[in-house]
Amino acid sequence: MKNNSKIVRVIIYIGLVFWMLVNLFPVYWMFTFSLKSNPEIFGENVIGLPQEWRWSNYESALKTGNMARYFLNSAIVAVATIVITLAVALMATFALTRLIWKRRKTLNKFFMLGLTIPIHASIVPVYVTLSRLHLLNTYWALIIPYSAFSLSMAILVCTGFMNEIPRELDESACIDGCSVWGIFFRIIVPLMKPAVATVGIYTFLQCWNELMFANIFISKSTLRTLPVGVQALSGQYTTEWGPIGAALVLATFPTLFIYIFLSKKIQESFIAGAVKG
Amino acid sequence: MQRMYSKKIYILLFLLPALILFCGVLIAPIGASVYFSLFDWNGLGAKTFVGLNNYKELFTSGAIGFWKALLNSLLLAALSVFLQLPLALALALVLGKKIKGERVFLSVYFMPVLISTVVIGQLWLKIYNPDYGILNIFLRAVGLESMAKIWLGTKETALGSVFVPVLWQYVGYHMLLLYAGVKSVPTELREAAMLDGASDAQVNRYIVLPYIKPIIRISVIFAVTGSLKSFDLIYVLTNGGPMHATEVPSTLMINMLFLRNRYGMGSTIAVMLIVLCFGFALLISAIFREEK
Repeated sequence: MKNNSKIVRVIIYIGLVFWMLVNLFPVYWMFTFSLKSNPEIFGENVIGLPQEWRWSNYESALKTGNMARYFLNSAIVAVATIVITLAVALMATFALTRLIWKRRKTLNKFFMLGLTIPIHASIVPVYVTLSRLHLLNTYWALIIPYSAFSLSMAILVCTGFMNEIPRELDESACIDGCSVWGIFFRIIVPLMKPAVATVGIYTFLQCWNELMFANIFISKSTLRTLPVGVQALSGQYTTEWGPIGAALVLATFPTLFIYIFLSKKIQESFIAGAVKG
Repeated sequence: MQRMYSKKIYILLFLLPALILFCGVLIAPIGASVYFSLFDWNGLGAKTFVGLNNYKELFTSGAIGFWKALLNSLLLAALSVFLQLPLALALALVLGKKIKGERVFLSVYFMPVLISTVVIGQLWLKIYNPDYGILNIFLRAVGLESMAKIWLGTKETALGSVFVPVLWQYVGYHMLLLYAGVKSVPTELREAAMLDGASDAQVNRYIVLPYIKPIIRISVIFAVTGSLKSFDLIYVLTNGGPMHATEVPSTLMINMLFLRNRYGMGSTIAVMLIVLCFGFALLISAIFREEK
């Protein structure tokens, strides 16, 4: 019996390690071929470490491939989306958890509908509206829809955290003569840091990787975000793989970097969004 | 404080930005999409009211091929439920048992979910490349030259080749949800069963699985609605080609809108997608309730 369970354990570990390699290999391959020359990628040295580390691939991706510009665009859109989502969600959550009125449970449920509405629903009307307002081909064309689609998740997370802040704090601030705005900005918001982090990371990941809106609402090449930029770049460098690999690494690096340091927080945010939805 | 917190003006001010954003971008467009779907419209000129003709055309026209696209996405949904989810569940059950290296395995398995689908798509394009892709290089190296194919460019292999990365990328997502469920099973429950002489398999079957049923339901709903909505990877890999072999409703919708400027028909597909997603979500919930 004991021997038997040992064999089972070994088989389980082999399975786990195999699946780990299946997950890691494409990423490893991406990192290595981003530093190789065509002959190496195409046959001489397909899966080994690069023989000669060609950092020039990164230079061509950043300069000729405009990756630096796309990176900046993505960063601007992501930061603006995070700021707007957080500001709007914190205010709404304050009204939904602190302020006293009748229909707040109903309205909370109404906001949670957003967790299930597919983005397809809004693509044509939002496109038409943006074009009428002459907002296509501006950062706003992405920031506004991204913020709206992040809102439900943000309110969900913020509600959990804000409910845990004791109401006695509000009362004593009130007695000290604090106004509603004062309580919100000086008492509540500073205590919401963990929620801010969770929402910030989740929102960042959503808009950093988004393709459908970015592809349709932006056609000007100087305003492209990374996903669309990478697409364009690969069309441009069809025969040279090194610079494409470099572009892929540049687009992925920030996400993986954050993930290495905050893996638990990121996983929690994904669980929170799913289980309540 | 009660009085201060009950003032209508504050309630309104705090809610207004969220309401405008939410209703403007998410709620009102659903109505607008339904409205547009009743018109023949190229996005610029006048709209012509055509009633339900767009829906009729969508269901009957062979040229549009909506049924084929829907069938493809339903096939993906089936593979997702019967292949991807069991694998995710198995991983979750194993990792939920306080195994050595649990965190490392978990974090690595979840990683592909975080990488941009465009990056994943581009990587798999390179893996599938007929001349220099590692798949064909590998097949040639081990002497299976005849197995090497133009994976994404041949009608017969394209659909399967597109599905592999789609399924691969999200195993980690379902695993994470199920793992969180497995972890929430009270240890006393587990230990009690163990004391009564239950084997690992029995504990999983009779304690863990019933306990995490609500999460399995969520996973199934996500797998099915996600498959119906799938777009990014397919767009990057084949954009519905070759010869519509890998078409799904979303690629069809985008092509209708931005290649053929048929905004009415594009909206019709969007409406169908919303209806299908909600319909399937309700259906799956009902099936799970029935089993109780």
